[in-house]
Formats: sequence, C-alpha cells, structure tokens
Amino acid sequence: MTADHIRQSILEKLECEFIEILGEDGTHFEGTIVSRLFEGLNRVKQHQLVFNALGDKMKSEIHALSMKTYTPNEWNQLKT
Amino acid sequence: MSVQEKIQKTINEHNVVLYMKGSPKFPQCGFSSLATKILDACDTDFHAIDVLQDPEIREGIKVFANWPTIPQLYIRGEFIGGADIMKEMYETGELVKLLKANS
Repeated sequence: MTADHIRQSILEKLECEFIEILGEDGTHFEGTIVSRLFEGLNRVKQHQLVFNALGDKMKSEIHALSMKTYTPNEWNQLKT
Repeated sequence: MSVQEKIQKTINEHNVVLYMKGSPKFPQCGFSSLATKILDACDTDFHAIDVLQDPEIREGIKVFANWPTIPQLYIRGEFIGGADIMKEMYETGELVKLLKANS
C-alpha cells in the first residue's frame, strides 16, 4: 500500500479540490483533503466519507490514516 | 445480548468511554496512548475498554461507529472520533468544553 495508491483510491470516489497523502512505511499515512462534499458535515462524517471511498483497504492494509479535512473556504482561509 | 447491544449498554452507562488497544497504564498502540494522554490532560475520568481482550468487541465497535480504526472515544453515548479528531478538538479547546458540559 502506497500513499499514491491511497490518493488514487480516494479520488476515484470523492471529488476533491486538494488532496495530499504522505507516508512511506506502508501502513501509517497522513492526509490533507479538501472537498466541497464536506460542507455542513462534522469532522466524523467528513472522515467517514474518506473511509468509505477507501472501502476494504481501510480494513486490511491501512493501519492508520490520520486526516485533516477541510471545506474549500476553510482551506482558503487557512492559506491566507 | 449481541455485541452491538453490549456496546450500546456500555456507552449508556458511562459518561466517557474510550475503546483502545491495551490499558491506560499499558497502551499497546501509539494512537491509543495519545488518546489516553489527551483525556488525562483534560483531567477527566473515563472508562477504558481494551479491545485486544475481546476480538468480538474489536470488530463490533468498528461496525457500531462505521469507523475502521481504534481508539474510539464516546461522550454521553455519542461517537466523538479517533485519535486525530481528539487531538484537533483538544487543541481548539472543544474537547474540554464538551467533557465539562453538564458532566
């Protein structure tokens, strides 16, 4: 399992304005994900969208995926 | 009693429940250890469940919360999140506020 593989899997199912997945050890990963679909959702629901996009990969191959999730305007505010 | 009913009963009976790997004194995973440290920093009592002792709970809790990883924090019967959400909420002060609200 690679960071890029995770990135692709998420993008296949979840439209993102920005996505970055880091992690070299094959099981622990860190992600920053920005998507319009997060609007109006609390953090748990936002992360669940990502977990659902990853499906079974989360059960077996990914021991830990620490995530920061943002809506587009939260992300823009962060960058200014 | 099914696993799901057992979990529901536990989170109803205790204000703060942490499903973790290992125990607060001997956490068996970095994320579980982080979760206990955060709760200690919030100066709150919590009921810890070692999922390594019960494989049925270990898998059942993931179904219960539709959340694939451990640890999992519950406050007054509600799923709050895993280690990284706990950390984020601790840093913004949300977690302490939530714990102190009518506790």
